[in-house]
Amino acid sequence: MKRVVITGAGTINALGHSVSETLEAMREGRCGIGALEFRDVERLSISIGGQVKGFEAEAQFNRQQMALYDRFTQFTLFAAREAITQSGLEFIGELAAKAGVVLGTAGGGVSTWDDNYRAVYEEGKNRVHPFVVPKLMNNAAASHVSMEYNLKGPSFTVSTACASSNHAMAQAFQMVRSGMTPAMVTGGSESMLCFGGVKAWEGLRVMSKDACRPFSANRNGMVQGEGAGIFVFEEMEHAKKRGAEILAEVIGFAMSSDAADIVMPSKQGAARAISGAIADARINPEEVGYINAHGTGTAANDKTECSAVADALGPHADRVMISSTKSMHGHLIGGTGAVELLACIMALRDGIVAPTIGYEEPDPECALDVVPNEAREASVEVALSNAFAFGGLNAVMALRKV
Amino acid sequence: MDIKNKVIEIIADQAMIEPSDVTMESTLEEIGIDSLGLVESIFAIEEAFDIQVPFNANEPEKSEFDISSVAAIVRGIEKLVAEQHA
Repeated sequence: MKRVVITGAGTINALGHSVSETLEAMREGRCGIGALEFRDVERLSISIGGQVKGFEAEAQFNRQQMALYDRFTQFTLFAAREAITQSGLEFIGELAAKAGVVLGTAGGGVSTWDDNYRAVYEEGKNRVHPFVVPKLMNNAAASHVSMEYNLKGPSFTVSTACASSNHAMAQAFQMVRSGMTPAMVTGGSESMLCFGGVKAWEGLRVMSKDACRPFSANRNGMVQGEGAGIFVFEEMEHAKKRGAEILAEVIGFAMSSDAADIVMPSKQGAARAISGAIADARINPEEVGYINAHGTGTAANDKTECSAVADALGPHADRVMISSTKSMHGHLIGGTGAVELLACIMALRDGIVAPTIGYEEPDPECALDVVPNEAREASVEVALSNAFAFGGLNAVMALRKV
Repeated sequence: MDIKNKVIEIIADQAMIEPSDVTMESTLEEIGIDSLGLVESIFAIEEAFDIQVPFNANEPEKSEFDISSVAAIVRGIEKLVAEQHA
């Protein structure tokens, strides 16, 4: 089996338009959640979110590209440029033939659906733009990345709600680890912050109207975010041979299915995924220094997750640091695991653990070290990143310091 | 604006060239409009004139709508506007 390292990272999210801006915000415990700005927002009962501000797509893409790129594709291409530029890889010849792109998204082109339903239903139009289908399809972002960077290997999109990015990165990891390809572009993106996207979430009654406070006893729900996180996963010797900067090593992953309930999380399912990732990485639970929690800020997730971590790590659960950066960037749904992997990289490479902000009251059902409110300096050898999706689909990644 | 000038404007806009560079004899291929660009042009024409263009992207040559040159497209649009706005 090959060893797999990360040689490029890129992002855009409510905390910043680059990895360095995002990590700076996480170090400072800055909140990117604020008032939502889009058409008809006054008809929503939820009016906050981790919205990407100051992103001028027209300055990034030409008119023909704009006709084909939904906002989730725009975010993906923007983040992919940062990641692939950092990796220094040029996809030509045999590398191009083998390298592909596997991305996660839950909703794909949600605002394209929204805009065009509005046009035909509300405005009574009988004609929509010819590119509605290629613009909204869930694989649009992956396909445009493949075209932009000449990635001709295995390429597809994974859609498992809030675990989409972790499932996608797990696929890319497996492909590089098995020797199938020397490199893969992976990660995920989401852009549901439009009237229809938020209205749908509102219906579930799990959204907070004021803040995302994971693990805090007074937490009252999740807050949606948007953006993308993209990475270059590369076979270690391939990366070393060309002198690439290595951000972290990916050492394992596991997936599990609760097979129980369409929305309620299961402790057993989550614990099996955490233990599975530890076993796949061939480490002991005691080696885990940091866990980037799924930590949505809902009553159900946070207590179930803490309980699952306690089961999987045993007594070591009392020593591990576990934080939810969703308190800062919101829940990016299908893109969330990708942006959250950045917090793992920061913990491993920079020795800084991102905090859980908005933490106000201890909850006896979440009695772990949740790194409340302020980032912490710590030497972390191994980090896990949890994602537990609606539908009971779980995926956990394990990373090691290089 | 008459139909001819509006059609030329739409085609030029799609090809990202000046309207003055579009001649009536030009084919869409010469102007640099590919199949996706053609579908987008037809959409823009339908929007501009509020008409339905009988165009099937599966077999453009076999459509009843002639796209063999700018002149043919303009003639076709003039006919459709006359029929559908009668």
